Amino acid sequence: MKITRDQLMALLFLAPSFLLLIIFVYGFIGWTGWVSLSNWNTLVPDMSFAGLKNYIYLFGDYRFQADLRNTVFFTILFIGFVIILGLGLAILLDQTKKANALFRNIFLFPMALSFVVTGVVWQWLLNPSTGFNQFLQVFGIQPKWYTDTNILAGFQWESIEFGLPVAMIAVVIAAVWQMTGFSLAMYVAGLTGIPEELREAARIDGASELQIYRKVILPMLTPITMSVVIIMAHISLKIFDLIYAMTGSGANFVTDVPGVYMFETTFRGNYYANGAAIAIIMLLLVAVFIVPYLINSRRGAS
Amino acid sequence: MLKKSLAFLFMFILMIALVACGGDEETTDDTDSTDDQTEDTSDDATSEEEEAESSGDGGSVEIFSWWTGAGEEDGLLALIDLFEEKHPDIAVENAAVAGGAGTNAKAVLATRMQGDDPPSTFQVHGGAELNESWVAADKMEPLNDFYEEYDLMDKFPEELIDMVSKDGDIYSVPVNIHRGNVMFYNKAVFEENGIEEPTTLDEFVDVLGQLDEAGVTPLAMGDKEAWTATQIFENVLLATLGPDDYRALWAGEVGFDDDRVREAAEKFQTILGYVNEDHASRNWQDASQLVGEGEAAMTNMGDWAKGYFSNDLDLETNVDFGYFAFPGTTEDFMVITDTFGLPKGVENPDTVKEFLNVLGSVEGQDTFNPLKGSIPARVDADPSKYDEYGTDTMEDFQNSNLAPSLAHGSAASEGYLTKINQEVNIFVTQQDVDQFIEKLQQIAGEL
Repeated sequence: MKITRDQLMALLFLAPSFLLLIIFVYGFIGWTGWVSLSNWNTLVPDMSFAGLKNYIYLFGDYRFQADLRNTVFFTILFIGFVIILGLGLAILLDQTKKANALFRNIFLFPMALSFVVTGVVWQWLLNPSTGFNQFLQVFGIQPKWYTDTNILAGFQWESIEFGLPVAMIAVVIAAVWQMTGFSLAMYVAGLTGIPEELREAARIDGASELQIYRKVILPMLTPITMSVVIIMAHISLKIFDLIYAMTGSGANFVTDVPGVYMFETTFRGNYYANGAAIAIIMLLLVAVFIVPYLINSRRGAS
Repeated sequence: MLKKSLAFLFMFILMIALVACGGDEETTDDTDSTDDQTEDTSDDATSEEEEAESSGDGGSVEIFSWWTGAGEEDGLLALIDLFEEKHPDIAVENAAVAGGAGTNAKAVLATRMQGDDPPSTFQVHGGAELNESWVAADKMEPLNDFYEEYDLMDKFPEELIDMVSKDGDIYSVPVNIHRGNVMFYNKAVFEENGIEEPTTLDEFVDVLGQLDEAGVTPLAMGDKEAWTATQIFENVLLATLGPDDYRALWAGEVGFDDDRVREAAEKFQTILGYVNEDHASRNWQDASQLVGEGEAAMTNMGDWAKGYFSNDLDLETNVDFGYFAFPGTTEDFMVITDTFGLPKGVENPDTVKEFLNVLGSVEGQDTFNPLKGSIPARVDADPSKYDEYGTDTMEDFQNSNLAPSLAHGSAASEGYLTKINQEVNIFVTQQDVDQFIEKLQQIAGEL
């Protein structure tokens, strides 16, 4: 096959960014992987090979086990609520064509804030002695929000109690508040993309509005849902700033996540190899979501 | 056709931007090095000669710290002014890194040290944070000659010099002292409930009980970051072990299976029963605020909290709030000291020593400390420059047994400390003494 001039130019222009990516993204991922297999757990680099020692340590570590539990529940709740609320609001907006743009913008606005701002604000709102509780005490309820150390439906697993950490719910509220607008915008775009003729046709065939949504519209929104799940999953698995600004590790590590542990163990404790191992585990967790998606979308494209 | 040329133009702009970005760094580097040696008006500017020039007299000194907060930054700037007055030919670069109570600065420092690009001198807590990391990594120059040249050996307490020494060599110059075993209390609350300052752990527990019955939160704690709880634990350890065995514990000569360590854990557990319920959502300032507002009776904090009480909360010392040594440690002084050393591989060690000399002088320490709200590390400083709390503490400092603080990196290495903080965080919630002791032993065994 002969390379045309256009293709040559394209290659030429791609080369610099390609090179930078290879070095600064993939090169350093490789370096992190290499550090995670070393004995570098002091200030002085010690690159002697340690095998899987750091990984074995982490999976037996109380804090890391708690992190995995928290991540699982945070991811499930966060994605679940973002999809349900986003879809629900989008359908409501779809009913009222008039103020569609206005409401879409209002709901989308929290996304313009950084997670740090969201974290600080919700830290005050959900502070058990100052925030919402001032209002809630009228009804005689005083939830402890992110300072609650209870684990719902807990049972002993390895060294930790496995179950839903109540404190995590407070963090989920803040994260959902911020990201729902995004899934709403995605669904609104999806809904506008569905041609009116389809609904008309369904109506002529005698389908009720509910049936139209269940049998026609929802199935057509599946690719949107897939995208939302992927995007939210990679946010929730890597979450750091929201937790760091809002709650920190929490009492008994009820709101700790791998990102925070990685930062503290690497830059406070100088356990570089342990930190690198956490980073690699996080990368693998995200890859579990991303790789099938990439393969899938490639198939769709070709 | 139009589309194509537009795309081409876009790519072209991208390329230019990329090149410009790359060039940016070089330009800043250039300005930096010219800044460093503004006095030198050398025509030739090959990089080798630049380096050679800045190593001579009249070079520059880069001071690395995490002093960016209100009082501490004022202190540092005043110290730099003093130095520039004395050495107008030496340029000073204030390389302070903000954030995370020094965590960010330490991360930057670690990168620079590992890349063999050390700052001229840097802030480091005396004790393990210096000795077990940088000295152990062979990155610091011994300063024995410097101490002898400027006759400093008897100007600092011997126990303090021990904290900045390893294997007989001295590695840094202490500039200030903070005390970690201080209890701050609300005078009005103590008076209303007829409570005297407790001096022993048993009296302390009694007082906690009385206050609790009276419906006041006895002790304010803000352990959003675990070190505040670790600080209480280290003070209880100091109380049960005494200063000698407390030091021996960190030297590995007394084990964590000692009965007195268990006693400390049990006392710590008892004390935790009297803290504010929302402790996990507060930091130390929020906890001090509870005491200032009279919602809680007392709080344990290092004496930087004194500045918070008088400046931020606008309360008067010994009128609105009082202070006493942590019960059971009245004869002891939990030392937190900021020190500056000389890293290996610095181009102009003599210039850096000039700075260390100013920093270690009476004048330097009396310039820095009143602003920072700490007391001088030297024993011959001028007490009239300090407030009531300062002079009290200076007296205690000279008459007490000095003990290195664990929570601030002096008693044990940072790695050790992070792990202990984790165990303390778990203990505060689970309060399982057996498991806590077992974990502490396990950590001690790893290191």
